[in-house]
Amino acid sequence: MNGPKTIKGRPELYTSYGQDMAFLNTRPKRAWTGGLVVLALLVPFLITDDLLQLLATGFVAAIGAIGLNIVTGYAGQVSLGHAFFLAIGAYTGAALSGSETGRVIGFGITSLPIWLLASGLVAAFFGVLVAPVAVRLRGLYLAIVTLGLVFLGEHVFREWTSLTGGPGVGRPAAVPELFGVRLDRDNALFTAAQQLYLVMFVLLVIFGVLARNLVRSRVGRAFAAVRDRDLAASVIGVDLTKYKVLAFAVSSFYAGVAGALLFVVNGFFDPGSFNLLLSVQYIAMVLIGGAGTISGAIMGALFITLLPRITRELPAVLPFISGDATGAVTVFQLEAVLYGVLIIVFLIVEPRGLFGIWVRIRNYWRTWPFSY
Amino acid sequence: MDEFLQSLIRGLGTGSIYALLALGFVIIYKSTQVISFAQPAFMLAGAVLVSYLSPAVSFFGAVLVAAALIAVLALGVERTVLRPMVGKPVFVVAIITIGVDVVVRVVTNAFIGLDVRQVGDPWGLTTMSFLGAEVQQRYLVMIGTTAVVTAALFAFFRYSRIGLAMRAVAYDQEVALAQGISVGSVFALSWALAGGLAALAGVFVATGAGVDQQLWIVALKALPAIILGGLESLGGAVVGGLAVGIVESLFGTYQGDFAPWLGPNFALVAPYALMLLVLLVRPYGLFGKREVERL
Repeated sequence: MNGPKTIKGRPELYTSYGQDMAFLNTRPKRAWTGGLVVLALLVPFLITDDLLQLLATGFVAAIGAIGLNIVTGYAGQVSLGHAFFLAIGAYTGAALSGSETGRVIGFGITSLPIWLLASGLVAAFFGVLVAPVAVRLRGLYLAIVTLGLVFLGEHVFREWTSLTGGPGVGRPAAVPELFGVRLDRDNALFTAAQQLYLVMFVLLVIFGVLARNLVRSRVGRAFAAVRDRDLAASVIGVDLTKYKVLAFAVSSFYAGVAGALLFVVNGFFDPGSFNLLLSVQYIAMVLIGGAGTISGAIMGALFITLLPRITRELPAVLPFISGDATGAVTVFQLEAVLYGVLIIVFLIVEPRGLFGIWVRIRNYWRTWPFSY
Repeated sequence: MDEFLQSLIRGLGTGSIYALLALGFVIIYKSTQVISFAQPAFMLAGAVLVSYLSPAVSFFGAVLVAAALIAVLALGVERTVLRPMVGKPVFVVAIITIGVDVVVRVVTNAFIGLDVRQVGDPWGLTTMSFLGAEVQQRYLVMIGTTAVVTAALFAFFRYSRIGLAMRAVAYDQEVALAQGISVGSVFALSWALAGGLAALAGVFVATGAGVDQQLWIVALKALPAIILGGLESLGGAVVGGLAVGIVESLFGTYQGDFAPWLGPNFALVAPYALMLLVLLVRPYGLFGKREVERL
């Protein structure tokens, strides 16, 4: 096998499959990625803590959206059950790291890597349990079955009060402790928001890179084959059961991790909030960002997370919108309507989502000024 | 025994609401291969419209007008939002209908406000004696109306020209098109039918307790119903709807005594558990057709 050859003056020319499939296969990609990472690391010292918290929530949501994208965007198995797996992760993390009180159970393992991994694994276990159903069903049948899962899960979480604290009361979130440092408290160097932001960013990068590596491997190609036509995939030798189970397991693992972290960043979750609405929100992240792309999932997650904040700024610009709950058009109504309208408009006008818009911008400037 | 009969009637009553909604889902699915998640919003909008109209044109007049208006609304949604998506992946279209649902529901909520609105139905919570058991009148009305509506629908599909066209489109779109059937109007008509059915169901849900912002959740119970019956089967939708209603009602009555460990309110999610069990045995529902796939 020949190694990659380079030709003088043609740095972008691929001479091997390896180069084409490389992690960051073009120079602009390397530059952009590096630039964004540096920017993200500088941000905590530039903006206020409440915005940082919002961004941290966005990063965690991005981990969850990447997970959903693996099962829905790459493997083509439509899941409306993401909220269920998020909930499992959230409560596993909280129960493992929380302290035992008379009201809720807890095991007091506060080290972040341990409970985070455990949250992911428990959620993945449930994903594997659900997967056999997915192997038998396809399309919208699967979507509705996973929807049923959310309702059943919501019921269990409402009733199992020693785990979840019960509706309206809740329980404390997981305790984030890394190398003996409590991340949710201010210390000499950083504020709590800065620490959480940085940790969530690092975790997003780790999980993002892992997912990107998964989908450009043999497994990822098998997922895409199953998505595009599962019958054809099985004919060319893709083991459908194996890869569908694997897709659900990986996706639920990501959801579990995201759920546990979401609980930490938000601080409070009502057991009833892991509902259909949350699932739809994640579907919206994936579709608005761009199905079948990791960077799209991140963009979509940040967009959906920041959307309420953006609409909340609108009353200052558009005076006919009322900032509180009174008035003809309130900001809350606007937010909900905007959310629905955005889903519709994106899917009709740009089915590839934010990622598609980025691709169009990129292609325009690539040949600029000779667009034709 | 009285208790059993009571909860059976209650189950059949709520089940007939689910059946109406499920019929809407199935009609849309058969013609366009899409599950419309906008049904809950149409249901809510129908109930709210009736609550505004009934003081002016009496309850029954209001129901007819509201069903017609919601049918027109659904038709409009299909023309503007769904038509550009013909031929796109069904899942994407289904998500678009979620978007439609959100928008319609937010607008409708603005008309509900925080109070509970009454639809002005003549039955309320009054009961009557039926085969020796005290049952609420409204359940009997629901069962009767649904039976009539279902029979009319089946007759429509069986005997009318348009019904035949709709069946043809469901069977094979391209061939139907080649025979001169306007597939577009069939799409529009099926959305309108589903909208009207949803509005009627919404009114039934609102009898007795009234309309509030949470009413739409009831419509989601029709989802296990259509999966139970099979997505392509109108008869399956009715059977599924009634089954879901009965299961829910019987669990509500007896589960506290026989299986308290499932927790209170398990009845609300029992349909979903039933759906999972049925699907494990029959992946295409009770009456759905097994797809033959070719490469």
